[in-house]
Amino acid sequence: MSPEILRLIWEATLDTLWMVAVATSLATLMGLPLGVFLATSGRGELFAAPLVNKALGFVVNATRSTPFIILVVAIIPFTRLLVGTSIGTKAAIVPLTIAATPFIARLIEGAIREVDGGLVEAARAMGATPLQIVRKVLVPEALPSIVLSLTLAVVSLIGFSAMVGAVGGGGLGDLGIRYGYQRFMPDVMAVVVVVLIVLVQVVQSTGDHLSRRLNKRLRRG
Amino acid sequence: MTMPVREAELSGTTPLAAPSPAIRFENVSKIFAARGTGAAEVQALSGIDLAVAPGSILGVIGRSGAGKSTLIRLVNGLETPTSGRVVVDGTEVSALDERGLRDVRRRVGMIFQHFNLLSSRTAYDNVALPLEIAGTPKDEIRQRVEPLLDLVGLADKRHRYPAELSGGQKQRVGIARALATRPTVLLSDEATSALDPETTRSILELLSSINRELGLTILLITHEMSVIRGVAHEVAVIDGGRIVEHGDVFDVFTRPRHPTTRSFLGAETGRELPAYLQAHLRPEPVPGGAVALRILFRGPHATDPVISELSRALGLDLNILSGSVDEIGGRPFGTLVVSLPNDPVKLGQALTFLQARELDTEVIGYVA
Repeated sequence: MSPEILRLIWEATLDTLWMVAVATSLATLMGLPLGVFLATSGRGELFAAPLVNKALGFVVNATRSTPFIILVVAIIPFTRLLVGTSIGTKAAIVPLTIAATPFIARLIEGAIREVDGGLVEAARAMGATPLQIVRKVLVPEALPSIVLSLTLAVVSLIGFSAMVGAVGGGGLGDLGIRYGYQRFMPDVMAVVVVVLIVLVQVVQSTGDHLSRRLNKRLRRG
Repeated sequence: MTMPVREAELSGTTPLAAPSPAIRFENVSKIFAARGTGAAEVQALSGIDLAVAPGSILGVIGRSGAGKSTLIRLVNGLETPTSGRVVVDGTEVSALDERGLRDVRRRVGMIFQHFNLLSSRTAYDNVALPLEIAGTPKDEIRQRVEPLLDLVGLADKRHRYPAELSGGQKQRVGIARALATRPTVLLSDEATSALDPETTRSILELLSSINRELGLTILLITHEMSVIRGVAHEVAVIDGGRIVEHGDVFDVFTRPRHPTTRSFLGAETGRELPAYLQAHLRPEPVPGGAVALRILFRGPHATDPVISELSRALGLDLNILSGSVDEIGGRPFGTLVVSLPNDPVKLGQALTFLQARELDTEVIGYVA
């Protein structure tokens, strides 16, 4: 394999990492509060607003049920409006973020709902405000499972990022399509796949490790 | 001629007036709305009138579903009454909005059956939580948390997470946490129900000493008479959302009036008859048989040698069928079931003799 190709693979890997990192960060920034709200706004809950809860739930479901490749194409005008272009790494971040936000929101909703209701009652009995309950009880108690959720989101985004390659998004997926498939270079395709496998492995074990360290519910000898 | 009394004179400190209760329920009812179609609404509490004097310990006992959880949650506004008033330390809790309730909750500590400690925080940080919530400065938090951990005997476990503590230690953290904001009232929601008997005793001792040393008013709910007996001054029995009996622990234990109270007391005070005796007891006189008489030893003559006096004075042959002598609230209390010949004259004399010594008697049946 020529040094030129190796350089391309290296750059594509950095592009993928960059897209996934930015999209995950933005999606977490929006998905975390959204997920917390979804978990706490049902009838009789901390921020009880059942109608808003239902409406948001519908939007989240709608976004989640749109196939990613269709989402990418459908929001091209919006992407262009936001970043000035619809191709390349920067443009790919927009649909990645939009797809990841509801996904992360649902995962975080699940993690928050796992927190024992007795803890919320205890915090209320201490005179905590709903916001204090979120900050001091719900999020810290759900943190190990939030970390696992975000790990899952990053792994999924690595897969999604390969898909934006199909519409010129840049990164490993793009490289695999253009060189491995269109130029009949199976060795490039193989390397792309191997790099993706390694990335996912590293992310997953890092996430598992971090979650275990944060989890104080386990008794350690 | 009577002197007109001005209100100002009445509102002054009258030495005769009883101190106003720390917690007062006035005709409180709670109805939970029906949830879903076909479901009926639930009357959890009806017409509750109850007062807890400052510095005393009131134990509320009831079966699950009797309404005791709802009752205790009305005190710190976790539940609101459908009608009636709940007054805590002079504040009508039932009339407050969320903001007002938050202030009251900082004056009312609460401990729970399943401890409800944050698994992500150490013992120290769990105790600090209510202070963080109240916005207490960090160095002041330290000054308050350390002595509390000492008080509950967990100073050496301050950096342990709940998962590393035993049940009793967790509840001690829970107690320290409940005391962090220096409340005047402590609510205990089945605090010992998840603990073994020995740990239960040590937690109850801790609650007693907190009550004595800090003058804290404690309202506790439980389904175990032994808890009431171990720690409470007064007891209220709740059944079907109503208080069916309420009084001094010794009085209720030794003279229970309501069937629910009696069934709770059962084995606890030796009131329940041993199986062999129950099998032999007949409701109707047996020819040539004897009368079974229950004597309750309470009051000033509880420790007198009454039985031998009775035997000598009336020339009676008494046969002891079962008995127990015990202490309730620091006072002696005994139960004795004896049989004596079924002779109306002798029986009448014996009852008169016992009543003269302020002992409660009850003919419970006849034995062959």
